[in-house]
Amino acid sequence: MIRLRRFLTELRRYPSALAGIIIILLLLITSIVVPIMTPYSEALRLWRGGEDIWAQYPRNAWPVWYNLFVEGTLPETIVFDSSKEDGVITEQQLSEGTREILFSYEFDYQYDDFPPEMNVFTKAKYTEKQPFVEMTWYTPDGRDIRLGEFSSGPTTSFRFAQEERLQRRLERETGIDNVAANKALFDDPSQEGLQPLKGTYRIELAGLLFEEDSELETTFVSYGLVHGIAGTDHRRRDLSVALLWGTPIAMAFGLLAAIGTTVTTMGIAAVGVWYGGWLDGLIQRITEINAIIPLLPILIMVGTFYSRSIWLMLGLVILLSIFGLSIKNYRAIFLQVRELPYIDAAKAYGAGNLRIIFRYLIPRVLPLIIPSLILLIPSFVFLEASLAVLGLGDPVLPTWGKLINDANSEGALFNGFYYWILEPAGLLMLAGFGFALVGFALDRIFNPRLREL
Amino acid sequence: MSQEILQPEFSDEVFSQDVDLDEMRATERKAKRQATVRMIRYTLLKLLALIFTVAVGVYFTVLIANMGGYVDEIRRGQIRETIVLAASLDPEFRQLPESERTAIIEQRVANEEARYGLDRPFILRSFSYLADAMTLNLGFSQQLSSDSGSRLVRNIILERLPSTLVLFGTSNLLLFFISLFFGLTLSRRYGSISDKLVLGLAPTSAAPAWFYGLFLILIFAGLFSLLPFGGMVSAPPPDNPLDYSLSVLQHMILPVGAWLISGIFLTIYQWRTFFLIYASEDYVDMAKAKGLTDRMIERRYVLRPTLPNIITQFALLLITLWTGAIILETVFNWPGIGQLYFRAIGVFDIPVILANTVVYAYLLALTVFLLDFIYALVDPRVRIGGGGEKS
Repeated sequence: MIRLRRFLTELRRYPSALAGIIIILLLLITSIVVPIMTPYSEALRLWRGGEDIWAQYPRNAWPVWYNLFVEGTLPETIVFDSSKEDGVITEQQLSEGTREILFSYEFDYQYDDFPPEMNVFTKAKYTEKQPFVEMTWYTPDGRDIRLGEFSSGPTTSFRFAQEERLQRRLERETGIDNVAANKALFDDPSQEGLQPLKGTYRIELAGLLFEEDSELETTFVSYGLVHGIAGTDHRRRDLSVALLWGTPIAMAFGLLAAIGTTVTTMGIAAVGVWYGGWLDGLIQRITEINAIIPLLPILIMVGTFYSRSIWLMLGLVILLSIFGLSIKNYRAIFLQVRELPYIDAAKAYGAGNLRIIFRYLIPRVLPLIIPSLILLIPSFVFLEASLAVLGLGDPVLPTWGKLINDANSEGALFNGFYYWILEPAGLLMLAGFGFALVGFALDRIFNPRLREL
Repeated sequence: MSQEILQPEFSDEVFSQDVDLDEMRATERKAKRQATVRMIRYTLLKLLALIFTVAVGVYFTVLIANMGGYVDEIRRGQIRETIVLAASLDPEFRQLPESERTAIIEQRVANEEARYGLDRPFILRSFSYLADAMTLNLGFSQQLSSDSGSRLVRNIILERLPSTLVLFGTSNLLLFFISLFFGLTLSRRYGSISDKLVLGLAPTSAAPAWFYGLFLILIFAGLFSLLPFGGMVSAPPPDNPLDYSLSVLQHMILPVGAWLISGIFLTIYQWRTFFLIYASEDYVDMAKAKGLTDRMIERRYVLRPTLPNIITQFALLLITLWTGAIILETVFNWPGIGQLYFRAIGVFDIPVILANTVVYAYLLALTVFLLDFIYALVDPRVRIGGGGEKS
């Protein structure tokens, strides 16, 4: 208890260590909260679910806070979903068997740019005759534009960006050539060039249903240039899922690998020193061979040939690091500890070999190991990221490294999607620095030789 | 340590008066000859041990590669494919009835498999694979080819080795000498602002070089378009050798910079601490008391006894380099063996992956060997042969 308090007062002399501890705590809390809030299966559904889940997200959108750094306001995503009772829905019986449902979606558009895409999705239930949908666009300056009409199948999508007929009609009206409908519809005709008109827009979808028990649901999506707190990737996925779920994975990988390698290496070094003789020699030779086996290439080979599961990689990392070069360091320490009198005392009272190793030798060395253990964690966190960057990330789990890999292979830096790299990289750096700051401070506290330096 | 350094001076003075000069020279020559013999023996032993170690390491690699029977599977597939292709091009063969055709193909495949030794048990085959792998005699790649068009795995790798060596040789030599220089300077003014700055920046080395590479690309290539995004020379490559090397230099700035950023502060910090510890040894105080100049103390009493450690550090730096190269080259699209490795993974080109692993094992072994050799040159315990356990 006194030792702990003295240790804490000591630690207070290192503000960098406190900052590191705060970072680590934040990351650990995130790692605990995230799996509770979005369970594993839910996270996988959100990340690997397919087009159904992502359809309403924009492609390659910057995070919302990017608006703080740019002139003007970039549009956010606007979604109206009739199945969630958005907008105003009125139903009218026209004649026997024929109904008209009018979906009226009204929204305020105060942005300085155009939505990159705009879609209408419909879902219909019918036995023979498909419902018929007519769409009209009302602008703030009082114009109304016929958008087009289509017969809705079980699921139909109307993509404004690909509607050439609508585009040509809008060209005739606005006089601006070669502009897709999703942009031309927001154009301010009173101004020169392409300028968005701010104000309240309305889109009306009139559905004609020709059967008594036929049903129709519609969704209108005006995609944003910014989306969510983390933005989206090339497959419209929300990056925040991977960023949040990457935290527990990175922490688990780093902690388990660091503890696993340190504990096993230390145990082996202690056994070798205690028994000595050929066992010690064998351990030394294996260490030398192991130093020549390149870790990363082996991981890459296993990843290519067998499985890319993150847990297999973790096991391999530990396995290949058991006989790491650090055995030599530990050995030097244990050689000194072995000669201390309390070990003789233990021998005198008849303690067995294993008891001496695990109860007397190892605990004595433990405090010396802690700083290097903590300094090891970021290197393993980055190792996971490195593997992912090489395309050997876990095939299922979303991780920080896989985001960087996706971004890199989609040319994020070249195309200017900087957020895509900066967000996972920032988190990696945070984790790395957090542990490194603490590790360096501990190193100086536990190593009296360094303390006065 | 201090005794070893000081002893020769004393012994010369004390003994030279009463021992016959000729006799002394003879013993000296003899000692020198013995030392040379010992050095050679030591080096040869180390070399043998290392070749053995590499063999064990490569064997391990072969085992991993073949644990799921992948290598065999691929060889079998290749054999069948070439035979079926050759047969289908033969007009006489096409006229034969179906059953006869299959029989002939099966027969040829079996012959060919026997020729490659695929019918022997794996244990025997694994040793022939080992021999092949050790000599990089891994046949043809499956997808990749060298720039000169060769599909021999050995050519593909040897062609790319120089660019890796250029990039990482430069980076590491720079890192080593810059950090050594600043480490020594800081140890002299320890406690100053620059010292504290380096101390505070040391944790930046937690991130690997490729990580900083991404940022450097973002800033210098993406935002300001000052430097190229990657590659080794501009396209098309300049004809003039001078322009060519200038272009290579320009492409090297960012990867070398990334390597330096990720390594420099921690290494400087380590050197500074290291020199500080050694500068507080008793024999250094003694030298100060003798009134020697700072430079002299530094050269003779700090640098000289720490030389083996400095060399070890350098070798360890090299070892981390070989594996760090894979990703840094990938990020910067540098046409070295690291990037080749990455591409081989992408197209599942197993001979190239295997050969690359072997090359890495060789590079590591070579590093360790050089380390041992230089150690033998500078460490008196090895040279004099009085040594014993190094720990």
